[in-house]
Amino acid sequence: MDMPDTPGNIAEKTVAKTVAKTVAIRAEGLTKGFGDGETYTRAVSDVSFEAYHGEILFVVGPSGSGKTTMLSMVSGILRPDAGRVSIEGQDIWSLSTDQLAHFRLNTIGFVFQDFHLFPRLTTAENVAIPLIIKRHPWDEAMSEARRFLEIVGLANRADVPPVKLSGGEQQRVAIARALIAQPDLLVLDEPTASLDGDTGRNIISFVRNQVLNDKRCILIITHDSRIFEFADRILNMEDGRVTGIADGGSHVAHEGV
Amino acid sequence: MFGILRIAYKLLANDRTKFTALIVGITFAVFLMVQMTAMFAGVLSRSSATVYNVGASIWVMDPAVQTVSNSIPMPDAVLDEVRSLPGVKFAVPLYSGGGLVKLADGTYQAVTIMGLDDTTLFGRPQMLKGQIEDIYGESGFIAVVDSEYTKLGSPKVGDEFEINDNRARIVGLARVASNGLFGVPSLYTTYSRALQYLPNTRFTTSYILVEPKSEADIPAIRDGVARIGYIALTRDEFVSQISHFYTFKTGIGTNLLMMSAIAFIVGLSISGQTFYSFILENLEKFGALKAIGMTSRELITMILFQAGFVSLTGYGLGTGLCATMIWLARARLPDYASIITPGNLLLALGMVVVIAGVSSWFGVRRVLRIEPFDIFRG
Repeated sequence: MDMPDTPGNIAEKTVAKTVAKTVAIRAEGLTKGFGDGETYTRAVSDVSFEAYHGEILFVVGPSGSGKTTMLSMVSGILRPDAGRVSIEGQDIWSLSTDQLAHFRLNTIGFVFQDFHLFPRLTTAENVAIPLIIKRHPWDEAMSEARRFLEIVGLANRADVPPVKLSGGEQQRVAIARALIAQPDLLVLDEPTASLDGDTGRNIISFVRNQVLNDKRCILIITHDSRIFEFADRILNMEDGRVTGIADGGSHVAHEGV
Repeated sequence: MFGILRIAYKLLANDRTKFTALIVGITFAVFLMVQMTAMFAGVLSRSSATVYNVGASIWVMDPAVQTVSNSIPMPDAVLDEVRSLPGVKFAVPLYSGGGLVKLADGTYQAVTIMGLDDTTLFGRPQMLKGQIEDIYGESGFIAVVDSEYTKLGSPKVGDEFEINDNRARIVGLARVASNGLFGVPSLYTTYSRALQYLPNTRFTTSYILVEPKSEADIPAIRDGVARIGYIALTRDEFVSQISHFYTFKTGIGTNLLMMSAIAFIVGLSISGQTFYSFILENLEKFGALKAIGMTSRELITMILFQAGFVSLTGYGLGTGLCATMIWLARARLPDYASIITPGNLLLALGMVVVIAGVSSWFGVRRVLRIEPFDIFRG
């Protein structure tokens, strides 16, 4: 695992790179409320944005601003009351429940804030789960899991349960699990929330260097301003609305931007 | 799907505490259920031992008879009337009664004495030593070699003892298909000698054994016997009547049924609660699997597999434990009445399936209700 990279290094590496600005995600008019009658609360109101291939888009905002709700609708785990989400040209909310599950399995990788690794399985087995759900043969899935653990620098921890790993290591296992099915979209929820500053920066640096590619789009929910410099763009939310989209600190040049 | 089931198994088996609790709970419940029903089956089987051993097609008896061991003697004239019924190939009397044998050491032992028709010896046991015709010899009795045989001092051919102050001589050893319920040895002799040796009421015929000319004649024989005030039961009907008596009129069936129900409830409680807590502990992980892309059907399959696996493992261990215990008990207590029948096993399996179904139903409900969004937002 090549880390840490400083934002400056990354900028040097990528400043000359020209990434074709093709739309990976298009969200239009997303609206979602919870509760009924007097308890009704609108969490997200008429949110529209686009995210591009080869981009890291941070979603930031105060607690209760609707970040998680919005990203849940975008990633196909929460049905919007109104609006439309298109990923790689597919209107995901027109799919049936099972079709949507298969779509998530093949297209989206999730890294949950609490990781949600199975403590009774080994690290490799945890990483292999998406391939196992995709009906890959067991040995092939485990072999691939070990390869991804090697990529995230945990080859020697493949056979231990996740509870014996540090927070940063568990985070990397969760990233390996999210990546193993080669998703086009990676969604990370507060990836540095439970990590110390250096580890958090290392993780995001790793995601930036090893995970991001021209095809992939990465959405990150975060409160952690220490990692804003790794973003290509930052989408700011308040009270369920997008209040602005700014360039981040990585200075990736998008063609035509 | 194999990989998903393997993950399901590892999730379950690697949680050793809950896995052990589940297996032990179901094993214990199955053991109790099979043991109780096996005891009951043993009692029922032995209660009809005479019916099986004699092997007659039709038994004629007083309508008040409920079990084979409590016969109500009929007048001799009934035998003639039955013999005169159309469709009767032959009819013979059977004496069934109890006596006291004085053993060589001076102690007394209760015995069941079967008096076979002098002419045909119908209902004879299978001879192991001696000839059946030796039964006609002076004071001739045939001892049945079963689990109660030793209570007579394991007599050999030629041994003598007293029955009700009459000299009796063992002229043969025989075996029968099934032991009796009451743990007393059995002796066979002729009908007329049984009447000589044992005190009797005015009427002496315990049962009339009938062989019909054909199956089609049975209803006519039944009607004819009913007209003279008695009943004719086929072998299966008589066995069923005896089973009904022990099941519903003695309390044995009710008590064993209650014990089985308690075992079922205990098993259901242990396994249901443990399995549910296992699901709750992993609920967020199941939600994460949903978010990753596992369908509800696959999650249900995982849970059903886990419940099915522990249930069938517990079932196998429970039945094995029960069989071992019965085997050990029989090694020390030859007349221990327990039989594991296919019916017992099916009943226990059915109950285990219910336990697995109920346990997993609660888990499935929770897992289906968990939304990936709930996991995502923590």
